[in-house]
Amino acid sequence: MASREKILGALNNAATAPKVPLPEMMKFNSPSPQDVENFAETLRAIGGTVVFGKTLATVKEYIFQNYPQGARIVSGISTVGEAPLSSEPQSYENVDLAILRGEFGVAENGAVWLKDENIVLRVLPYICQHLIMVVCKSDIVPDLHYAYDRVGDASYGLGTFIAGPSKTADIEQSLVLGAHGPRTMVLFILDEIV
Amino acid sequence: MAKPTSDHPQLAEAFNADEPRVDWHDKTLWFVREKRDKAARKVPEWEQLRELASSIKAHVLDNLREYLLEFEKNAVANGATVHWASTPEEHNRIVHDIIRSAGESKIVKSKSMLTEECHLNDYLEKNGVEVIDTDLGERIVQLANEAPSHIVLPCIHKKKEEIGELFHKHLGTPEGNADPVFLTTSARLHLRQHFLGSRVAITGVNFAVAETGEIVVCTNEGNADLGVQLADVHIACSGIEKIIPQRKHLGVFLRLLARSATGQPVTTYSTHFRKPLPGKQFHIVLLDNGRSERLESADFRNALKCIRCGACMNTCPVYRRSGGHSYHTSIAGPIGSILAPGLNMKENADLPFASTLCGSCSNVCPVKIDIHTQLYKWRQVIVKEGYTTSAKKAGMTAMNTILSYPAVFRSSGRAARWFLRNLPSMFDHRANVWARNREMPSAPAESFRDWYIKNRGKNGKS
Repeated sequence: MASREKILGALNNAATAPKVPLPEMMKFNSPSPQDVENFAETLRAIGGTVVFGKTLATVKEYIFQNYPQGARIVSGISTVGEAPLSSEPQSYENVDLAILRGEFGVAENGAVWLKDENIVLRVLPYICQHLIMVVCKSDIVPDLHYAYDRVGDASYGLGTFIAGPSKTADIEQSLVLGAHGPRTMVLFILDEIV
Repeated sequence: MAKPTSDHPQLAEAFNADEPRVDWHDKTLWFVREKRDKAARKVPEWEQLRELASSIKAHVLDNLREYLLEFEKNAVANGATVHWASTPEEHNRIVHDIIRSAGESKIVKSKSMLTEECHLNDYLEKNGVEVIDTDLGERIVQLANEAPSHIVLPCIHKKKEEIGELFHKHLGTPEGNADPVFLTTSARLHLRQHFLGSRVAITGVNFAVAETGEIVVCTNEGNADLGVQLADVHIACSGIEKIIPQRKHLGVFLRLLARSATGQPVTTYSTHFRKPLPGKQFHIVLLDNGRSERLESADFRNALKCIRCGACMNTCPVYRRSGGHSYHTSIAGPIGSILAPGLNMKENADLPFASTLCGSCSNVCPVKIDIHTQLYKWRQVIVKEGYTTSAKKAGMTAMNTILSYPAVFRSSGRAARWFLRNLPSMFDHRANVWARNREMPSAPAESFRDWYIKNRGKNGKS
């Protein structure tokens, strides 16, 4: 491909010496007993709802209280809701609630990390009207540096941080929760995911 | 969209005709700057992060060829197709070819300043492809047939009443409704249909990781993700400078990006696209368009570190009071003013002069680009190349003479003081740009030199 060679050639010519070495990464924070509370507080501040509980029973109770019988609920957690059977993304257009398990949460920004197996079906976290995620209390890290340590060199096809419900402030800087992704996000921090 | 034939001063003057509106625009952007400050102060290691980010980017620029090759190798191994484009025209052709091969004529696009740089929408529309911009701010300016005025907040220049009118006209919302929640919900419903009906999605790229061949796209709205996951073909458009070496470096950049842009700790979605699903296509288009050339310049290469956060725009007093459209280029504000002259010096010679050189931009830049220094250096290049007005040339030549010869300096000063005292009205002349918004100073009875000689003697003795 002509342009590829042209660009690589131009970059070769632009090469200078001496070269700046890659700086060492440092750790700025340490895990602390405050992490869980900080995580919950930060997520609440960015529009998420946080519910503490012991087991998935808390989630089931919440759904029973807040969602009518006819609601379409698709879940990546086998004991709750309907399993996503179709691989056709458009068929999930009418999903009211999606329930997904998060691998871990990040205290500094309220984000939850998920990848392929937790996401279950790539369109699911974005097409649903409402999103519930579940993380284990012991799976909260202080900041993104710890987060990427935890992600390591995992060979996922898709990985994502989700921090709260979708939002926009494009209209005169007024924050509106619910843009194109889910309108609400509830995070359950459980002692155990059973 | 017609190309503006005016320069920044003329466009800014037009913008400033509506003083209350300028005040509103100014306050709104300063408010975003303040949110950035609050967020930055919550991170004790903020300055260390900036230094780290700047050093990582400097290292990447020194080794860009190697990192691009590593990225390409890993992306291809993951199932992506990597394309290389030297020019915007080539970039647009490549994107169009992919769409055409997919047999599609309607596509969705999430925010990508690179596609603005290439005028991709215009090119595709001319070639029979309908493009729906799905970021709310971008959709609004698309409906208004305008360019975005800010790289992160595309319609920051629009009032909610104007958006309400636009939606009434194009979406059928009730006339007079300017409620942001109602308008956003209407846009959600309207764009949802476009998402569901589109098989090709174009996104930008915030970061491309050489080590893993993955790309990261950051949004608050989820429009990039919804578009891609409902489509069969994902086209990701990236400048060659968006590479970072390793996945763990995302920790540094993602901690800086949203805090610098809007004051949020992180965007709602930070999606790492690595492998397409079986049967789906994943294309990554890498654009040069002058970046490799800029790399050769020691003075201007640091502009390539930019992570497109917009913090420089939010703080710039000139941007806040002239608006993004006064810059007549795809990226406005301080960073735009040091990028655009490199792309087309003749058309953008005015931009580095649209600055007071206050340095606030350099102060907030998360990757420590020396923006205000580059603005100053561009001025020197532009004048040397002859792209300055004849009035300015004449003025500077005159100043050069006055300041070079002490006798000329003294007689000029004497004359100016005489005229200020006896014929002040002559300074009201149209040609005196200085006096348009300022009063002329009152003339002292004697020059400092005369006073000094009188009181301290020629050799400084009383």
